[in-house]
Amino acid sequence: MIKRTLNPAHFALLPMAFAAVAVYLGSMLWTLRISMSSSRSLPLHDFVGLAQYQRLFTNERWLHSLHNLAIYTPLFIVACLCVGFLLALLVDRQASGGGVLRAVFLYPYALSFIATGLIWQWLLNPELGIQQAAHEWGFGGFRFDWLVDPERVIYTLVIATVWQCAGLVMAILLAGLRGIDADILRAARLDGVPAWRIQVSIVVPMLAYSFATATLLLLTAAVKLYDAVIAMTQGGPGTASEVPAKFIMDHLFGRANIALASAGATVMVLTAVALLAPLFYARHRARRANR
Amino acid sequence: MLLAFKHTLKRMIAAALLFAAASVASAASAPRAEVMHWWTSGGESAAVRTLADAYRAAGGIWLDTAIAGSEQARAVAMSRIAGGDPPTAALFNASRQFRELIDAGLLNNVDAVAERDHWAQFLPPSILEAVRINGHYYAAPVSIHMPTWLWYSRSAFRKAGIAAEPRDFTELFAALDKLKAAGLIPLAHGGQAWQDNIVFRAVLANQGGADLYLRVLRDRDPRAIASSEFRGVLLTFKRLHSYVDAGSPGRNWNDATTLLITGRAGVQIMGDWVKAEFATARQQAGRDYGCIPGFGAHSPYIVQGDAFVFPKSSDPQALRAQQLLAGVITSPTAQLAFSSRKGSIPIRGDIDSRTLDACAQLGVAIMKDRTRQLGNDESYLTPDQNGAMADVLTDYWNRDRDVAAVQRNIAAALRD
Repeated sequence: MIKRTLNPAHFALLPMAFAAVAVYLGSMLWTLRISMSSSRSLPLHDFVGLAQYQRLFTNERWLHSLHNLAIYTPLFIVACLCVGFLLALLVDRQASGGGVLRAVFLYPYALSFIATGLIWQWLLNPELGIQQAAHEWGFGGFRFDWLVDPERVIYTLVIATVWQCAGLVMAILLAGLRGIDADILRAARLDGVPAWRIQVSIVVPMLAYSFATATLLLLTAAVKLYDAVIAMTQGGPGTASEVPAKFIMDHLFGRANIALASAGATVMVLTAVALLAPLFYARHRARRANR
Repeated sequence: MLLAFKHTLKRMIAAALLFAAASVASAASAPRAEVMHWWTSGGESAAVRTLADAYRAAGGIWLDTAIAGSEQARAVAMSRIAGGDPPTAALFNASRQFRELIDAGLLNNVDAVAERDHWAQFLPPSILEAVRINGHYYAAPVSIHMPTWLWYSRSAFRKAGIAAEPRDFTELFAALDKLKAAGLIPLAHGGQAWQDNIVFRAVLANQGGADLYLRVLRDRDPRAIASSEFRGVLLTFKRLHSYVDAGSPGRNWNDATTLLITGRAGVQIMGDWVKAEFATARQQAGRDYGCIPGFGAHSPYIVQGDAFVFPKSSDPQALRAQQLLAGVITSPTAQLAFSSRKGSIPIRGDIDSRTLDACAQLGVAIMKDRTRQLGNDESYLTPDQNGAMADVLTDYWNRDRDVAAVQRNIAAALRD
């Protein structure tokens, strides 16, 4: 039985608790309040009800941003998990050299995307990058111009951000892999279970927690997708690769409409909570069942 | 000998103390100005240095706070002003950007300087309108840019066999066709929303004319936006898109200028800040590149001004710094030195501008005719309206859209 008394450890945690409540919750409530005002560049404290939300959901660019995010998020998460898992298996198999590979795969995550995004922009630019190189090597018919194609530009964001985040997924899954008891795998092998079946039916289920953690991190990364867009496309061509976070930032500063930006931010928080709540609930249930 | 050394040491210390005291005294009396701006590129920082030098020569202390990116710089200025820790002066576009600050009583006026120096007599009307609100001067204008110049590479024109400068849109399209036939990029364009917007306004001002320009951007008149003239403007704008290259989307404006400098592209529609790029590449107006301010003898000249605002402060020293700054940056000598580095033209028409380059002189001459001056989009529209319109335009530029729908969407963007 756990005795509920205040001990010094709780006092030590008080500043953190204060920060969480006052800073995070406080600014969320402030954002909610501003989203119901008619503020432009300076915060006002009048009340206009849900007018900003009404404006938000008749704004074509906002709706298109949500649509883009809906395409981007599942592709990004699934691709990251697959690539990250394969990388983790690869690193796990290497007795020597695994450390080097791990560092190499993690590097993209350690670099600022504002810098690497610019390199991706050059690589994907049809007149500077891969397409041009292929033409110079004699493959004149080769086409890879997704970056400037309004219909396909969103997939270039998936490619570049998967490159960036797969290393993080690898690190999380690798930690999980190393925690699996080798005897279980040995026993399975002794029983003549094929290698792919061991991975699919034993390893993957045992990594459930690691996968859940990785998914959680990827989901939040997807919702706040911003720097990749700024570095690679600036939302273009036209408004083809606009995302909600960029809409919010643009309206917060350049367009001096903090009320509309706050309405957008509130919608994003609610969406994230709605997506994450089932995940947390499932984990909570699983933990209870284990006890 | 030791004694002599001691003596010298004593004198040195005394001298040092005296010097320190003197410099403290002068620091206390010299007005310190923290100036916030976004002029960070090579040519721009050389330009702002001329202002700092002029201010120092007038006895002030200049503290430079440069923040890259105009939006970021204005955002930081806004939050510092709202947070009660304002700089002495902050740069804005001479537009509606600082109107809310005035309404909230957060800016000092510089009426004393403006009246002493007779600003009303030499400022162009659109700039005067932006800085003088309710009879008070709330900003000191510093430069005038014209965003919709047409620049062309002389070597590309030679290669394509274009003998004369285009004088209207028909001749422009003919020239662009020749450039395309010669295997060059006809229109060097950076496919970013604000650059699409500049091309649009060049067409609106030159094909639509001053009247339509004002009815759409200033009056936000739905009938003007639905008119067939405006439809024609949109069609010409879209037609220009067929002359850009595949690498255009996302390109920076200065990379587009580089295409002109290297002779790989023919024409760019952009503000006169591109002259700094030509100058860095040691190219000269008239010899290596040409500049066309507009089509026809009465083509409109869009005035895009930059101005410093002076946040409210009760510190008498800051007030003195603001007054001194307002006087120095609008003075004829500072204006000439600044403009020659910045690529802009001086805010005052009453000074001898023969030292400026050929394009700037062309601009100064046009500015003499007040009827040709038009305000920039930002002087008529709120940043929000302007941004909403830019979204519609960049979408139209990049995709196949029905013109009638674009007209409706622009009307909706400008409605509130």
